[in-house]
Amino acid sequence: MTRDETDSRIRALIEPFNKKGARVDDATSFAGDLEFDSLTVMDFVAAIEDEFDIIISMNQQAEIENYGQLVDAVCKLQG
Amino acid sequence: MNDLFSKFDALIQQRETLLAGGVEDPFNLVMERVLSPTQAVCNGRDTILLGTYNYMGMTFDPDVIAAGKKALDDFGSGTTGSRVLNGTYQGHREVEAALCEFYAMDHAMVFSTGYQANLGIISTIAGKGDYIILDIDSHASIWDACKMGDAEVVPFKHNDLEAMERRLKRVPEGAGILVVLEGVYSMLGDVAPLAEMVAIAKKHGAMVLVDEAHSMGFIGEHGRGVAEDQGVLDQVDFVIGTFSKSVGTVGGFCVSNHPKFEIMRLVCRPYVFTASLPPSVVATAATSIRKLMHGSNKRAHLWENSRRLHGGLQALGFQLGTQEPQSAIVAVIMPNLERGAAMWEALLKEGLYVNLARPPATPANMTLLRCSLCAEHSAEQVEEILGMFERAGKAVGII
Repeated sequence: MTRDETDSRIRALIEPFNKKGARVDDATSFAGDLEFDSLTVMDFVAAIEDEFDIIISMNQQAEIENYGQLVDAVCKLQG
Repeated sequence: MNDLFSKFDALIQQRETLLAGGVEDPFNLVMERVLSPTQAVCNGRDTILLGTYNYMGMTFDPDVIAAGKKALDDFGSGTTGSRVLNGTYQGHREVEAALCEFYAMDHAMVFSTGYQANLGIISTIAGKGDYIILDIDSHASIWDACKMGDAEVVPFKHNDLEAMERRLKRVPEGAGILVVLEGVYSMLGDVAPLAEMVAIAKKHGAMVLVDEAHSMGFIGEHGRGVAEDQGVLDQVDFVIGTFSKSVGTVGGFCVSNHPKFEIMRLVCRPYVFTASLPPSVVATAATSIRKLMHGSNKRAHLWENSRRLHGGLQALGFQLGTQEPQSAIVAVIMPNLERGAAMWEALLKEGLYVNLARPPATPANMTLLRCSLCAEHSAEQVEEILGMFERAGKAVGII
Protein backbone atom coordinates (compact mmCIF):
# COMPACT_ATOMS: atom_id res chain seq x y z
CA MET A 1 0.00 0.00 0.00
CA THR A 2 1.37 3.44 -0.89
CA ARG A 3 1.70 6.20 1.66
CA ASP A 4 -1.14 8.06 -0.08
CA GLU A 5 -3.47 5.08 0.20
CA THR A 6 -2.62 4.61 3.86
CA ASP A 7 -3.10 8.35 4.38
CA SER A 8 -6.59 8.34 2.87
CA ARG A 9 -7.71 5.32 4.88
CA ILE A 10 -6.51 6.88 8.15
CA ARG A 11 -8.13 10.17 7.12
CA ALA A 12 -11.47 8.38 6.84
CA LEU A 13 -10.98 6.77 10.26
CA ILE A 14 -10.12 10.05 11.94
CA GLU A 15 -13.36 11.71 10.77
CA PRO A 16 -15.68 10.61 13.63
CA PHE A 17 -13.01 11.52 16.21
CA ASN A 18 -12.35 14.97 14.77
CA LYS A 19 -15.16 16.63 16.72
CA LYS A 20 -13.94 20.18 16.03
CA GLY A 21 -13.59 19.52 12.32
CA ALA A 22 -9.96 20.67 12.47
CA ARG A 23 -7.96 20.65 9.23
CA VAL A 24 -5.71 17.58 9.14
CA ASP A 25 -2.24 17.66 7.59
CA ASP A 26 1.05 16.01 8.45
CA ALA A 27 1.86 18.61 11.13
CA THR A 28 -1.53 18.34 12.91
CA SER A 29 -0.93 17.23 16.47
CA PHE A 30 -3.30 14.86 18.27
CA ALA A 31 -3.06 16.43 21.71
CA GLY A 32 -2.87 20.10 20.67
CA ASP A 33 -4.77 20.55 17.39
CA LEU A 34 -7.25 17.68 17.60
CA GLU A 35 -7.53 17.83 21.41
CA PHE A 36 -7.66 14.05 21.75
CA ASP A 37 -7.86 12.95 25.38
CA SER A 38 -6.46 9.61 26.46
CA LEU A 39 -9.79 7.79 25.98
CA THR A 40 -10.16 9.14 22.45
CA VAL A 41 -6.61 8.07 21.66
CA MET A 42 -7.40 4.51 22.82
CA ASP A 43 -10.50 4.27 20.63
CA PHE A 44 -8.79 5.85 17.63
CA VAL A 45 -5.77 3.55 17.91
CA ALA A 46 -8.06 0.51 18.18
CA ALA A 47 -9.84 1.60 14.98
CA ILE A 48 -6.53 1.91 13.11
CA GLU A 49 -5.25 -1.40 14.46
CA ASP A 50 -8.37 -3.18 13.24
CA GLU A 51 -8.36 -1.44 9.83
CA PHE A 52 -4.75 -2.36 9.05
CA ASP A 53 -4.52 -5.54 11.16
CA ILE A 54 -1.48 -4.23 13.05
CA ILE A 55 -0.48 -3.54 16.64
CA ILE A 56 0.50 -0.03 17.63
CA SER A 57 1.77 -0.66 21.16
CA MET A 58 1.61 2.12 23.74
CA ASN A 59 5.39 2.29 23.55
CA GLN A 60 5.13 3.14 19.84
CA GLN A 61 2.23 5.53 20.43
CA ALA A 62 4.40 7.53 22.80
CA GLU A 63 6.57 8.54 19.85
CA ILE A 64 3.68 9.58 17.61
CA GLU A 65 2.67 13.18 18.20
CA ASN A 66 1.32 14.33 14.85
CA TYR A 67 -0.66 12.99 11.92
CA GLY A 68 2.32 12.61 9.59
CA GLN A 69 4.19 10.51 12.14
CA LEU A 70 1.12 8.27 12.49
CA VAL A 71 0.88 7.68 8.72
CA ASP A 72 4.61 6.90 8.60
CA ALA A 73 4.31 4.49 11.53
CA VAL A 74 1.35 2.66 10.00
CA CYS A 75 3.23 2.37 6.66
CA LYS A 76 6.20 0.89 8.50
CA LEU A 77 4.11 -1.48 10.62
CA GLN A 78 2.44 -2.92 7.49
CA GLY A 79 5.92 -4.03 6.50
CA MET B 1 12.95 29.44 37.33
CA ASN B 2 10.45 27.21 35.58
CA ASP B 3 8.10 26.01 38.36
CA LEU B 4 7.85 22.25 38.03
CA PHE B 5 4.48 22.42 39.78
CA SER B 6 2.80 24.44 37.01
CA LYS B 7 1.73 21.17 35.37
CA PHE B 8 -0.67 20.67 38.30
CA ASP B 9 -2.37 24.07 37.92
CA ALA B 10 -5.49 22.73 36.20
CA LEU B 11 -6.04 20.18 38.96
CA ILE B 12 -5.38 22.77 41.69
CA GLN B 13 -7.95 25.03 40.03
CA GLN B 14 -10.54 22.26 39.75
CA ARG B 15 -10.08 21.40 43.41
CA GLU B 16 -10.35 25.00 44.54
CA THR B 17 -13.54 25.50 42.54
CA LEU B 18 -15.04 22.39 44.09
CA LEU B 19 -14.15 23.40 47.65
CA ALA B 20 -15.21 27.02 47.08
CA GLY B 21 -18.75 25.66 46.68
CA GLY B 22 -18.56 24.81 50.40
CA VAL B 23 -18.37 21.03 49.99
CA GLU B 24 -16.34 19.03 52.53
CA ASP B 25 -13.10 17.83 50.94
CA PRO B 26 -13.82 14.31 49.68
CA PHE B 27 -10.12 13.48 49.55
CA ASN B 28 -9.16 14.71 53.01
CA LEU B 29 -11.44 12.80 55.34
CA VAL B 30 -10.13 11.85 58.78
CA MET B 31 -11.33 8.78 60.63
CA GLU B 32 -11.00 10.06 64.20
CA ARG B 33 -12.12 6.79 65.77
CA VAL B 34 -12.83 3.42 64.23
CA LEU B 35 -15.41 1.50 66.24
CA SER B 36 -15.79 -1.65 64.14
CA PRO B 37 -15.33 -2.78 60.51
CA THR B 38 -18.56 -0.92 59.68
CA GLN B 39 -18.57 2.12 62.01
CA ALA B 40 -16.31 5.08 62.65
CA VAL B 41 -16.29 8.68 63.77
CA CYS B 42 -15.42 10.73 60.65
CA ASN B 43 -15.03 14.52 60.67
CA GLY B 44 -16.76 14.49 64.09
CA ARG B 45 -19.79 12.41 63.05
CA ASP B 46 -20.87 8.82 63.76
CA THR B 47 -20.60 7.20 60.37
CA ILE B 48 -21.47 3.88 58.74
CA LEU B 49 -18.55 2.76 56.59
CA LEU B 50 -19.56 1.68 53.08
CA GLY B 51 -16.35 2.31 51.20
CA THR B 52 -13.53 0.40 52.83
CA TYR B 53 -13.10 -2.88 50.84
CA ASN B 54 -13.09 -4.51 54.26
CA TYR B 55 -15.26 -7.21 52.68
CA MET B 56 -14.97 -9.88 55.35
CA GLY B 57 -14.73 -7.53 58.33
CA MET B 58 -11.51 -9.10 59.61
CA THR B 59 -9.96 -5.87 60.95
CA PHE B 60 -11.44 -6.33 64.45
CA ASP B 61 -11.46 -10.12 64.58
CA PRO B 62 -10.27 -11.04 68.11
CA ASP B 63 -8.00 -13.87 66.91
CA VAL B 64 -6.43 -11.63 64.27
CA ILE B 65 -5.78 -8.85 66.79
CA ALA B 66 -4.36 -11.28 69.35
CA ALA B 67 -1.95 -12.70 66.76
CA GLY B 68 -0.78 -9.20 65.87
CA LYS B 69 -0.21 -8.21 69.50
CA LYS B 70 1.72 -11.37 70.21
CA ALA B 71 3.97 -10.84 67.18
CA LEU B 72 4.54 -7.24 68.22
CA ASP B 73 5.68 -8.48 71.65
CA ASP B 74 7.76 -11.37 70.35
CA PHE B 75 9.34 -9.89 67.22
CA GLY B 76 9.21 -6.11 67.65
CA SER B 77 7.63 -3.33 65.64
CA GLY B 78 9.44 -3.77 62.32
CA THR B 79 11.99 -5.79 60.39
CA THR B 80 14.07 -2.84 59.12
CA GLY B 81 15.16 -4.93 56.19
CA SER B 82 14.55 -6.45 52.79
CA ARG B 83 13.08 -9.93 52.44
CA VAL B 84 16.36 -11.08 50.88
CA LEU B 85 18.53 -9.70 53.69
CA ASN B 86 17.41 -9.45 57.32
CA GLY B 87 13.68 -9.03 56.64
CA THR B 88 12.37 -12.59 56.40
CA TYR B 89 11.03 -13.60 59.82
CA GLN B 90 9.20 -16.76 60.78
CA GLY B 91 5.93 -14.86 60.25
CA HIS B 92 6.71 -14.12 56.59
CA ARG B 93 7.25 -17.81 55.98
CA GLU B 94 4.04 -18.62 57.82
CA VAL B 95 1.90 -16.20 55.86
CA GLU B 96 3.33 -17.55 52.59
CA ALA B 97 2.50 -21.08 53.76
CA ALA B 98 -1.05 -19.95 54.60
CA LEU B 99 -1.40 -18.50 51.07
CA CYS B 100 -0.15 -21.71 49.43
CA GLU B 101 -2.75 -23.61 51.43
CA PHE B 102 -5.53 -21.09 50.74
CA TYR B 103 -4.99 -21.18 46.95
CA ALA B 104 -3.71 -24.81 46.82
CA MET B 105 -0.67 -23.56 44.88
CA ASP B 106 3.02 -24.39 45.15
CA HIS B 107 4.50 -20.92 45.59
CA ALA B 108 3.57 -17.69 47.33
CA MET B 109 5.55 -14.48 47.47
CA VAL B 110 4.54 -11.65 49.80
CA PHE B 111 5.15 -8.00 48.94
CA SER B 112 4.82 -4.95 51.16
CA THR B 113 1.68 -3.79 49.29
CA GLY B 114 -0.68 -5.09 46.61
CA TYR B 115 0.50 -2.24 44.39
CA GLN B 116 4.05 -3.54 44.63
CA ALA B 117 2.96 -7.10 43.88
CA ASN B 118 1.56 -6.04 40.49
CA LEU B 119 4.39 -3.60 39.89
CA GLY B 120 7.04 -6.21 40.66
CA ILE B 121 5.69 -9.34 39.02
CA ILE B 122 4.44 -7.79 35.77
CA SER B 123 7.45 -5.54 35.17
CA THR B 124 9.85 -8.40 35.90
CA ILE B 125 8.35 -11.29 33.93
CA ALA B 126 7.47 -9.31 30.79
CA GLY B 127 10.75 -8.02 29.41
CA LYS B 128 12.09 -6.46 26.23
CA GLY B 129 10.49 -7.95 23.11
CA ASP B 130 7.64 -9.52 25.11
CA TYR B 131 4.04 -8.33 24.84
CA ILE B 132 1.64 -7.41 27.63
CA ILE B 133 -1.97 -7.65 26.47
CA LEU B 134 -4.19 -6.04 29.10
CA ASP B 135 -7.71 -4.83 29.74
CA ILE B 136 -8.00 -1.07 29.30
CA ASP B 137 -9.72 -0.69 32.70
CA SER B 138 -6.80 -2.24 34.57
CA HIS B 139 -5.82 -0.88 37.98
CA ALA B 140 -3.16 1.85 38.23
CA SER B 141 -0.67 -0.63 39.69
CA ILE B 142 -0.89 -2.70 36.48
CA TRP B 143 -0.42 0.35 34.26
CA ASP B 144 2.52 1.50 36.37
CA ALA B 145 4.04 -1.98 36.07
CA CYS B 146 3.74 -1.68 32.27
CA LYS B 147 5.43 1.71 32.37
CA MET B 148 8.24 0.39 34.51
CA GLY B 149 8.94 -2.69 32.39
CA ASP B 150 10.38 -2.95 28.89
CA ALA B 151 7.65 -5.01 27.22
CA GLU B 152 5.39 -3.80 24.40
CA VAL B 153 2.08 -2.75 25.98
CA VAL B 154 -1.16 -3.42 24.09
CA PRO B 155 -4.51 -2.65 25.75
CA PHE B 156 -7.89 -3.94 24.59
CA LYS B 157 -11.46 -2.75 25.22
CA HIS B 158 -12.80 -3.69 28.65
CA ASN B 159 -13.97 -7.32 28.90
CA ASP B 160 -14.14 -7.55 25.08
CA LEU B 161 -13.21 -11.08 23.98
CA GLU B 162 -12.94 -10.24 20.28
CA ALA B 163 -10.79 -7.18 20.84
CA MET B 164 -8.51 -9.25 23.06
CA GLU B 165 -8.18 -12.09 20.55
CA ARG B 166 -7.55 -9.75 17.60
CA ARG B 167 -4.58 -8.30 19.47
CA LEU B 168 -3.24 -11.69 20.48
CA LYS B 169 -3.35 -12.80 16.83
CA ARG B 170 -1.24 -9.82 15.77
CA VAL B 171 1.63 -10.45 18.20
CA PRO B 172 4.73 -11.34 16.18
CA GLU B 173 5.52 -15.04 16.08
CA GLY B 174 7.85 -16.20 18.84
CA ALA B 175 7.31 -13.24 21.17
CA GLY B 176 6.46 -14.00 24.81
CA ILE B 177 2.97 -12.87 25.84
CA LEU B 178 1.54 -12.00 29.25
CA VAL B 179 -2.22 -11.45 29.38
CA VAL B 180 -3.18 -9.34 32.40
CA LEU B 181 -6.77 -9.49 33.68
CA GLU B 182 -8.68 -8.77 36.85
CA GLY B 183 -11.35 -10.95 38.44
CA VAL B 184 -13.47 -8.06 39.70
CA TYR B 185 -12.93 -4.57 38.30
CA SER B 186 -13.04 -2.27 41.28
CA MET B 187 -14.60 0.80 39.70
CA LEU B 188 -17.90 -0.66 38.51
CA GLY B 189 -17.73 -3.90 40.47
CA ASP B 190 -18.16 -6.00 37.32
CA VAL B 191 -16.66 -9.43 36.82
CA ALA B 192 -14.49 -10.54 33.87
CA PRO B 193 -15.52 -13.45 31.61
CA LEU B 194 -12.36 -15.27 32.71
CA ALA B 195 -13.40 -18.72 31.46
CA GLU B 196 -13.49 -17.44 27.86
CA MET B 197 -10.58 -15.02 28.23
CA VAL B 198 -8.21 -17.54 29.76
CA ALA B 199 -9.11 -20.08 27.05
CA ILE B 200 -8.37 -17.52 24.31
CA ALA B 201 -5.09 -16.51 25.95
CA LYS B 202 -3.96 -20.13 26.23
CA LYS B 203 -4.95 -20.81 22.59
CA HIS B 204 -2.47 -18.10 21.60
CA GLY B 205 0.29 -19.39 23.84
CA ALA B 206 0.13 -16.61 26.41
CA MET B 207 0.80 -16.76 30.13
CA VAL B 208 -2.05 -15.37 32.21
CA LEU B 209 -1.94 -13.17 35.29
CA VAL B 210 -5.19 -12.41 37.14
CA ASP B 211 -5.53 -9.78 39.85
CA GLU B 212 -8.07 -11.14 42.34
CA ALA B 213 -7.78 -8.30 44.87
CA HIS B 214 -11.55 -7.73 45.02
CA SER B 215 -12.71 -11.35 45.14
CA MET B 216 -10.55 -13.10 47.74
CA GLY B 217 -12.48 -14.73 50.53
CA PHE B 218 -15.98 -14.67 49.07
CA ILE B 219 -16.01 -15.49 45.33
CA GLY B 220 -15.46 -19.12 44.29
CA GLU B 221 -16.04 -22.28 46.31
CA HIS B 222 -12.94 -21.76 48.46
CA GLY B 223 -12.92 -17.97 48.17
CA ARG B 224 -10.02 -18.11 45.69
CA GLY B 225 -11.71 -15.67 43.35
CA VAL B 226 -13.38 -15.32 39.99
CA ALA B 227 -11.01 -17.72 38.22
CA GLU B 228 -11.98 -20.44 40.70
CA ASP B 229 -15.66 -19.55 40.38
CA GLN B 230 -15.47 -19.92 36.58
CA GLY B 231 -13.42 -23.11 36.78
CA VAL B 232 -10.18 -21.85 35.20
CA LEU B 233 -7.91 -21.26 38.18
CA ASP B 234 -5.69 -24.20 37.14
CA GLN B 235 -5.08 -22.40 33.82
CA VAL B 236 -4.00 -19.14 35.46
CA ASP B 237 -0.22 -18.83 35.75
CA PHE B 238 -0.11 -16.05 38.34
CA VAL B 239 -2.70 -14.80 40.81
CA ILE B 240 -2.09 -11.40 42.37
CA GLY B 241 -3.82 -10.49 45.60
CA THR B 242 -3.76 -8.15 48.53
CA PHE B 243 -4.02 -8.19 52.31
CA SER B 244 -5.64 -4.76 52.36
CA LYS B 245 -9.16 -5.88 51.48
CA SER B 246 -10.71 -9.15 52.71
CA VAL B 247 -7.62 -10.04 54.77
CA GLY B 248 -7.93 -6.75 56.65
CA THR B 249 -4.37 -5.47 56.95
CA VAL B 250 -1.79 -4.38 54.36
CA GLY B 251 0.49 -6.24 51.95
CA GLY B 252 0.31 -7.93 48.56
CA PHE B 253 1.15 -11.29 47.09
CA CYS B 254 1.54 -13.46 44.05
CA VAL B 255 0.75 -17.19 44.07
CA SER B 256 1.80 -19.52 41.27
CA ASN B 257 2.52 -23.11 40.30
CA HIS B 258 5.32 -22.11 37.93
CA PRO B 259 8.23 -24.47 38.67
CA LYS B 260 10.79 -21.65 38.49
CA PHE B 261 8.74 -19.15 40.47
CA GLU B 262 11.15 -18.86 43.42
CA ILE B 263 13.72 -17.03 41.25
CA MET B 264 11.39 -14.03 41.44
CA ARG B 265 12.69 -13.39 44.94
CA LEU B 266 16.08 -12.46 43.49
CA VAL B 267 15.13 -10.59 40.32
CA CYS B 268 12.01 -8.68 41.28
CA ARG B 269 13.13 -5.20 42.32
CA PRO B 270 9.96 -4.02 44.15
CA TYR B 271 10.42 -7.16 46.31
CA VAL B 272 14.15 -6.79 46.91
CA PHE B 273 14.62 -3.04 47.34
CA THR B 274 12.10 -2.32 50.07
CA ALA B 275 11.63 -3.29 53.71
CA SER B 276 9.47 -6.31 54.42
CA LEU B 277 6.15 -6.12 56.26
CA PRO B 278 6.26 -5.71 60.06
CA PRO B 279 5.92 -8.96 62.06
CA SER B 280 2.55 -7.91 63.47
CA VAL B 281 1.17 -7.39 59.96
CA VAL B 282 2.20 -10.80 58.65
CA ALA B 283 0.90 -12.44 61.83
CA THR B 284 -2.52 -10.78 61.47
CA ALA B 285 -2.56 -11.66 57.74
CA ALA B 286 -1.73 -15.34 58.32
CA THR B 287 -4.40 -15.66 61.03
CA SER B 288 -6.98 -13.89 58.88
CA ILE B 289 -6.23 -15.99 55.76
CA ARG B 290 -6.65 -19.20 57.75
CA LYS B 291 -9.97 -17.98 59.13
CA LEU B 292 -11.15 -17.00 55.63
CA MET B 293 -10.82 -20.66 54.62
CA HIS B 294 -13.80 -21.38 56.87
CA GLY B 295 -15.88 -18.26 56.30
CA SER B 296 -18.84 -19.63 54.35
CA ASN B 297 -21.52 -18.16 56.67
CA LYS B 298 -19.98 -14.72 56.45
CA ARG B 299 -19.70 -15.09 52.67
CA ALA B 300 -23.40 -15.86 52.35
CA HIS B 301 -24.31 -12.80 54.42
CA LEU B 302 -21.99 -10.56 52.36
CA TRP B 303 -23.79 -11.68 49.19
CA GLU B 304 -27.18 -11.03 50.82
CA ASN B 305 -26.00 -7.50 51.67
CA SER B 306 -24.74 -6.89 48.15
CA ARG B 307 -27.98 -8.10 46.56
CA ARG B 308 -30.14 -6.04 48.92
CA LEU B 309 -28.16 -2.82 48.45
CA HIS B 310 -28.01 -3.26 44.67
CA GLY B 311 -31.72 -4.03 44.38
CA GLY B 312 -32.69 -1.27 46.81
CA LEU B 313 -30.65 1.43 45.07
CA GLN B 314 -31.98 0.35 41.68
CA ALA B 315 -35.56 0.54 43.01
CA LEU B 316 -34.88 4.07 44.29
CA GLY B 317 -33.94 5.07 40.75
CA PHE B 318 -30.16 5.32 41.00
CA GLN B 319 -28.09 4.39 37.96
CA LEU B 320 -25.68 1.59 38.87
CA GLY B 321 -22.47 0.29 37.29
CA THR B 322 -23.88 -3.19 36.72
CA GLN B 323 -27.40 -4.41 35.95
CA GLU B 324 -27.18 -7.11 38.61
CA PRO B 325 -24.91 -7.47 41.65
CA GLN B 326 -21.70 -9.21 40.49
CA SER B 327 -19.44 -8.59 43.48
CA ALA B 328 -19.39 -6.78 46.85
CA ILE B 329 -18.94 -3.45 45.04
CA VAL B 330 -21.99 -1.43 44.05
CA ALA B 331 -21.07 1.63 41.98
CA VAL B 332 -23.59 4.48 41.78
CA ILE B 333 -23.09 6.59 38.65
CA MET B 334 -23.21 10.36 39.19
CA PRO B 335 -24.01 12.87 36.43
CA ASN B 336 -20.75 14.82 36.97
CA LEU B 337 -18.06 15.61 39.55
CA GLU B 338 -19.87 18.60 41.08
CA ARG B 339 -23.14 16.73 41.67
CA GLY B 340 -21.19 13.63 42.72
CA ALA B 341 -19.29 15.63 45.34
CA ALA B 342 -22.56 17.20 46.55
CA MET B 343 -24.15 13.77 46.87
CA TRP B 344 -21.04 12.42 48.61
CA GLU B 345 -21.24 15.25 51.14
CA ALA B 346 -24.98 14.82 51.66
CA LEU B 347 -24.37 11.14 52.44
CA LEU B 348 -21.55 12.02 54.84
CA LYS B 349 -23.89 14.39 56.68
CA GLU B 350 -26.44 11.58 56.88
CA GLY B 351 -23.69 9.53 58.51
CA LEU B 352 -22.55 7.37 55.59
CA TYR B 353 -19.09 7.09 54.06
CA VAL B 354 -18.70 5.90 50.45
CA ASN B 355 -15.80 6.41 48.02
CA LEU B 356 -16.01 9.29 45.59
CA ALA B 357 -14.22 8.04 42.48
CA ARG B 358 -13.47 10.34 39.60
CA PRO B 359 -11.37 10.49 36.43
CA PRO B 360 -8.70 9.41 35.67
CA ALA B 361 -9.27 6.45 38.04
CA THR B 362 -12.70 5.76 36.54
CA PRO B 363 -13.61 4.35 33.10
CA ALA B 364 -15.13 6.70 30.47
CA ASN B 365 -14.59 9.81 32.64
CA MET B 366 -17.37 8.78 35.01
CA THR B 367 -17.89 10.10 38.52
CA LEU B 368 -18.90 7.28 40.83
CA LEU B 369 -20.02 6.82 44.39
CA ARG B 370 -18.52 3.46 45.07
CA CYS B 371 -20.02 1.36 47.82
CA SER B 372 -18.25 -1.73 49.09
CA LEU B 373 -20.13 -4.02 51.42
CA CYS B 374 -18.86 -5.87 54.44
CA ALA B 375 -19.95 -9.23 55.81
CA GLU B 376 -20.29 -7.42 59.14
CA HIS B 377 -22.92 -4.96 57.87
CA SER B 378 -26.15 -6.04 59.53
CA ALA B 379 -29.35 -6.34 57.50
CA GLU B 380 -30.65 -3.35 59.53
CA GLN B 381 -27.61 -1.26 58.58
CA VAL B 382 -28.24 -1.97 54.89
CA GLU B 383 -31.83 -0.72 55.28
CA GLU B 384 -30.52 2.35 57.12
CA ILE B 385 -28.04 2.94 54.25
CA LEU B 386 -30.86 2.79 51.68
CA GLY B 387 -32.79 5.39 53.68
CA MET B 388 -29.73 7.67 53.69
CA PHE B 389 -29.33 7.29 49.92
CA GLU B 390 -32.99 8.11 49.38
CA ARG B 391 -32.89 11.30 51.48
CA ALA B 392 -29.53 12.46 50.11
CA GLY B 393 -30.46 11.60 46.53
CA LYS B 394 -33.69 13.63 46.75
CA ALA B 395 -31.98 16.55 48.48
CA VAL B 396 -29.30 16.78 45.78
CA GLY B 397 -31.75 16.03 42.97
CA ILE B 398 -30.08 12.85 41.71
CA ILE B 399 -33.33 10.87 41.99
